[in-house]
Amino acid sequence: MELNQLTAHELLDKLKSKQITVSALESALGACLRKNEPQVKAYVRMDLNALPTANSQSQAEIGGLPITIKDNICTLGLLTECCSKILENFRPPYDATVITKLKAAGLRIFPFKANMDEFAFGSSTENSFFGPTRNPWNLDTVPGGSSGGSAAAVASDEAIWALGSDTGGSIRQPASFCGVVGLKPTYGRVSRYGLIAFASSLDQIGPLTKDVKDAAILTQIISGYDAKDSTSINLAVPDYTQSLTGDIRNLKIGIPKEYFVAGLDPEIKSIIEEAINKLTNLGAKIQNISLPHTDYAVPVYYIIATAEASSNLARFDGVQFGFRAPADNLLQMYKKTRAEGFGAEAKRRIILGTFALSHGYYDAYYLRALKVRTLIKQDFDRVFKDYDCIVCPTSPTAAFKIGERTADPLKMYLSDIYTISANLAGLPAISIPCGFTKKGLPVGLQIMAKPFNEELLFRVAHTFEQHTEWHKRRAQL
Amino acid sequence: MAIDKQTVEQVAHLARINLEPEELEKLSRQLHDILGFIDHLSKLDVTNVAPASHILPISNVLREDNVWPSLTPDQALENAPRRNKNFFSVPKVIE
Repeated sequence: MELNQLTAHELLDKLKSKQITVSALESALGACLRKNEPQVKAYVRMDLNALPTANSQSQAEIGGLPITIKDNICTLGLLTECCSKILENFRPPYDATVITKLKAAGLRIFPFKANMDEFAFGSSTENSFFGPTRNPWNLDTVPGGSSGGSAAAVASDEAIWALGSDTGGSIRQPASFCGVVGLKPTYGRVSRYGLIAFASSLDQIGPLTKDVKDAAILTQIISGYDAKDSTSINLAVPDYTQSLTGDIRNLKIGIPKEYFVAGLDPEIKSIIEEAINKLTNLGAKIQNISLPHTDYAVPVYYIIATAEASSNLARFDGVQFGFRAPADNLLQMYKKTRAEGFGAEAKRRIILGTFALSHGYYDAYYLRALKVRTLIKQDFDRVFKDYDCIVCPTSPTAAFKIGERTADPLKMYLSDIYTISANLAGLPAISIPCGFTKKGLPVGLQIMAKPFNEELLFRVAHTFEQHTEWHKRRAQL
Repeated sequence: MAIDKQTVEQVAHLARINLEPEELEKLSRQLHDILGFIDHLSKLDVTNVAPASHILPISNVLREDNVWPSLTPDQALENAPRRNKNFFSVPKVIE
């Protein structure tokens, strides 16, 4: 086994006991990238010649374990373009809070950023200005999105671990499609300072990793109060690795019946049911529950998320950073810059969001969506009075073919049907590998819990992982 | 609720995005379909439901009004497409 195939916690142990050096790891990673990256394209603007080789002059230790960062998280001096032409050549003059925390923990920020759908608008990474990433398990399929580059990099061992962001499933759905672990922390758990905003009432940064322990370690590093994010919550961060007890006996788990209806691929359904049986065998108490407003989550999301995006993306006007189209007056400069700088999905969402907020439509769309959001949150509040967590599929299908859904935005939006509610209700949710389809594509199991109960997610996910081998399978490239 | 081409054009202007004729055509059709799906929400009775403008029970986050280090003008301007001294430069606004 090559060093880059190990988990972060294995590598951290070996580095600590001086069994390995960072340069040995870097050259293993470099060899893997030279081999896999031309096919996978998990990174943007990657210069394969800049990577260390086994014959590289044994350089002084250049820092700690590398971590891969999604292209929408600001890294001081390192290109951060949200995979959009409008942010072309943007080098942030500051680090996002999560980056500051990673550096303080001794990690090295990998110098190339992970591919994503432009501004995180998408579920397949096909909306990237730099072109699509491919799923390491089957290069004809998408890696999911929008954190598809981060997920594909981890799945192909082109990254040890990675950060993504999740507004409606953008960490969990690609984790599911690529057979890795992905967590969306509770809203308010991780600072978004330096995350280029998509929908501020939904966005969270979270980990994509090879196993649950890595997710726990990484969440620990990035969590905590930050005065620079006014939605950050001042609550102590527990030692998440302590929650990996391997014991879920008598835990009360609810299975939402609304998540097992038409639209769920029968093959996925039976894999999820098998995973639920496993949890029963491990001592959990499983019962069916109802989240009656589930059907409304996607429409509510596409009003709220686009409304917030239309407002957040107003800052991309060619004045302060990124691309500017030539024009003789200011209005035309704005309109041409935005017409040429944004891709089709970004324009679609900005215009839909502007519509939902505009005079005459605000009450019928935006305000109504906020009210239905309350009903969705109340569904979860009710269930969590009696249950510790909720278990369901992460996505209704496994990875779909590249190009299959690009012509039909609505069909693409429905990829997020099981992940959106956790964002709307502010809940933490994790996706872990729980099986493979007959065609060999990974399937993810989603677990949701009460706000600030990431510990329980890690406990359940880790227990399941200890008794299954799915997370150990590697994509063959 | 239907959305016509004229509304899309008007909204695109509000959003400061120029649309090519074929883009406008396609987008109007797509937004019409998406809004048809979203109209599903109108079936719900939401009288007496409070809007969830924020999902966390926090409000009015304030801080002390202290001076702290911030970006220098050069750092703040280093990504500017056009710069004039310590300012962002744009085409003439007032005729």
